[in-house]
Amino acid sequence: MTMFLIIAVTVLVFVVIFQIAKASEYVAVLKGEEKTRKQDNKINGFMMVTFLVLGLVGVWYCNELYYKKTLLIHDAASVEGARVDSMLWVTLAVTGVVFIATQIVLFWFAYKYQESDTRKVYYFPHDNKLEVIWTVVPAIALTVLVVIGLRNWFLFTGDAPQNAMVVEVTGKQFGWIYRYPGKDGVLGKKYFKNIDNATNPLGLIWDDKMVHDDIVMEQTMYLVKGKPVKLVIGSRDVIHDVGLPHFRMKMDAVPGIPTTMWFTPKYTTKEMKEITGNPNFQYEISCDQMCGNGHYSMKGIIEVLDQEEFDAKMAGLKPAYVTLFPEKDPNATKPADTVKVVAKAVEPAAKVVAKM
Amino acid sequence: MSNEAVFQAPAAAGTHHDAHGDHHGEHHHHETFITKYVFSQDHKMIAKQFLITGMVWAVLGGLMSVLFRLQIGYPDANFPWLQDLLGKWWAEGGKITPQAYYALVTTHGTVLVFFVLTAGLSGTFANFLIPLQVGARDMASPFMNMLSYWFFFTASVVMLSSIFVENGPFSGGWTAYPPLSALGDASPGSKTGMDLWLISMALFVVSSLLGGLNYIATVLNMRTKGMSMTRLPLTIWALFFTAVLGVLSFPVLFSGFILLIFDRNFGTSFYLSDIFVNGVGALPNEGGSAILYQHLFWFLGHPEVYIILLPAMGMVSEILSVNSRKPIFGYMAMIGSLFAIAILAFLVWAHHMFVTGLNPFLGSIFVLLTLLIAVPSAIKVFNWITTLWRGNIRFTPAMLFAIGFVSLFISGGLTGIWLGNSALDIHLHDTYFVIAHFHIVMGVASMFGMFAGIYHWFPKMYGRYLNNNLGYIHFWITIAGAYMIFWPMHYEGLAGMPRRYYDYSVWESFKQFADLNRFISTVAMIVFSVQILFLVNFFYSIFKGRKVTTQNPWGANTLEWTTPIHPGHGNWVGEIPEVYRWAYDYGKDGKEFIPQTKPIGDDESHH
Repeated sequence: MTMFLIIAVTVLVFVVIFQIAKASEYVAVLKGEEKTRKQDNKINGFMMVTFLVLGLVGVWYCNELYYKKTLLIHDAASVEGARVDSMLWVTLAVTGVVFIATQIVLFWFAYKYQESDTRKVYYFPHDNKLEVIWTVVPAIALTVLVVIGLRNWFLFTGDAPQNAMVVEVTGKQFGWIYRYPGKDGVLGKKYFKNIDNATNPLGLIWDDKMVHDDIVMEQTMYLVKGKPVKLVIGSRDVIHDVGLPHFRMKMDAVPGIPTTMWFTPKYTTKEMKEITGNPNFQYEISCDQMCGNGHYSMKGIIEVLDQEEFDAKMAGLKPAYVTLFPEKDPNATKPADTVKVVAKAVEPAAKVVAKM
Repeated sequence: MSNEAVFQAPAAAGTHHDAHGDHHGEHHHHETFITKYVFSQDHKMIAKQFLITGMVWAVLGGLMSVLFRLQIGYPDANFPWLQDLLGKWWAEGGKITPQAYYALVTTHGTVLVFFVLTAGLSGTFANFLIPLQVGARDMASPFMNMLSYWFFFTASVVMLSSIFVENGPFSGGWTAYPPLSALGDASPGSKTGMDLWLISMALFVVSSLLGGLNYIATVLNMRTKGMSMTRLPLTIWALFFTAVLGVLSFPVLFSGFILLIFDRNFGTSFYLSDIFVNGVGALPNEGGSAILYQHLFWFLGHPEVYIILLPAMGMVSEILSVNSRKPIFGYMAMIGSLFAIAILAFLVWAHHMFVTGLNPFLGSIFVLLTLLIAVPSAIKVFNWITTLWRGNIRFTPAMLFAIGFVSLFISGGLTGIWLGNSALDIHLHDTYFVIAHFHIVMGVASMFGMFAGIYHWFPKMYGRYLNNNLGYIHFWITIAGAYMIFWPMHYEGLAGMPRRYYDYSVWESFKQFADLNRFISTVAMIVFSVQILFLVNFFYSIFKGRKVTTQNPWGANTLEWTTPIHPGHGNWVGEIPEVYRWAYDYGKDGKEFIPQTKPIGDDESHH
């Protein structure tokens, strides 16, 4: 019912506006079209400067309202992300100045040089000096931005540091699968035709010894504060994208073509809860590449821990191979755990299923 | 003269054109309703056909955006009437379903980019203005021109029909990246809907090529006597470069589509490898590259944004100059920057692919070339602003939209500097920042160029004026609304909020923008309804608008205003006028304007 009311009101408003507009056209004919045109011109000229002022106020007000809801009020959560932020501020300064200056000049000129019977138009078809200036100045400004940008780009896309831990991330409709290389530090081989949703979601090749200690899990990825991490990214079906807004990182997950990305987490999840003042804070992985009807729900979680917490967490996880073939669990025969540091602490929780 | 020779070509093609050439261009053979309004070969009628078909699509595409904004703005609300209206597939229980949401987003993008801002914009104004402004009786091949429209029409019908198939229209985003677009099992929209989408797009490419070749041939060969290339109005230069871009890049898109059709239907693996689809299992395809498609797509996709933007730039240059009563500043620089943009348009496509795992060195080259585009763009902006300086500005609705275009082009162009810099793009890629950027600089700005063109040339098209007051209302609400919709989206993007999400409420990182999303959706509805007001004005004025009583109502220099108020097929009665000067002698030697057809006087000053 309200719907019909809204439609009725809208139509009515339309008709009224239309009739007034038509009527004033007739009035214009009576009053003299030229005279009306000049009046309209004045009104629109005034509107130009009004729009400029209101527009700039609007830009300021929008910033008041929403700046604090962006990520920029806090530090980036990765060492590399801090460089993105500083680059962002430089770019904002350059483009911001140009934005304000050109918008002011544009609308101010429109207002100032509105039609007047007394003004004589200045015939000004070109001026080489001016044109050279506004070719060269932007070119220099852009060169600076390019240099800053490319230095960061080569850092981000360059090799990960030697001490980086490796985690494999695989996208699928609609979720993420993570794999840790285990104690040998090597991700074992896999082949997509081995994939079986129930037992082997990544298609690991069980004959490969390197696979045997690989830990596979879903939903939450654990990283270590201050330790660079190199993500090896792939997809099982369509293109996805590992979007990490807090770390200022992003990389596509392409079936058949592994990609990589590395960064250094700066704050644990716990610390971020304090920094943001949001007790529910978590690092979310958002899929940033349209991947089907469930795209919007393709969420992953990253939990950044201290090294100790991390080690404890890892010690409690079983390799996928062992979960699937418990009879081949090396620990089943000799209880002395190979994960030394925190093995005792988590011994009772040894039954924790790796797939969380 | 070549004009005459070419004008006779359609007669040889078996149609009934009078080949009167320069003697009297007016027709006096029998024109039936069919030959005049349906299978017309008159470029002016074809232009109107493109325009009105484009408007139909603009309304549909706009309506789609209102529907999906309804979901983003009011994710918890139910609108039972929506299900009554659209059915269960689209709005079960009065809530837009995810499948419908993605179908709407995809179709909105496809339709607005290709059908409205390519066909509707350059289709309309290239057809209408090229012969009129270069001084030709019609296009090089009126028959091909007619085919161009009817291929577009057929493409439209196929696209429209895809909305009604069982699994819905294609829903994988307008860029149609495989494997999603290749695998019906991965997304229901990639079944029949995608087949129809591809057929429609293939037909569209044909239409666009037929049109483009025609525009190029006409501009190069059919200029009237004295109309050297450097005397062409900037509209024609812009439309010329647009056509060149289209002719060189659409075939590449087409090849990309062909490979996709093969992968979909004939078991090839151009784009497919290592795929396991839930519910189906591992696919046999190995060795393809999903990234190959993106290269092929963006090799058109990037020039495409200039195909959309250049005609608007051209018309804005013309309209700013006419209504400032002052020559366009830096005519040669304007052509030069158009040329630079056209060249660079082909060399920047991979900036859409910075996060695909692209070779970083290659990426750095694309950063450099992308940011280089800012230089010719800056030249254009400064030249437009200088054109206003010390002019005597008349705020016709066309002029308002032209000024609005410049404002939007600045706002959206500057954020291009953010996104083109790959290290920043990593953070901003595929967020709302991108949505804000390209909607402002390409979508709304080009739409403004189109409105400017419609308001400016409506008197030439229909011999009547649009209602000015409605025009003013249209402009002020639209520009304010456009900024209110897209400006705050930058902030969402800075929070990393991804595009193409059906619902943000479960995301701790993005749910803080619920209020803003509602605000944006509300403004979008208001702005959309104002566009309806414009359409009412348009169609009402075709029949009942104030009549044009003078040949040259804006006091403009270009040739179209030397034709009769209602030009027939052939445009000029008697000989085509000769041209003696460039199109921008406004305010020269104290004269308000000097048409191109006026010979240079002995006492005229030189510049």
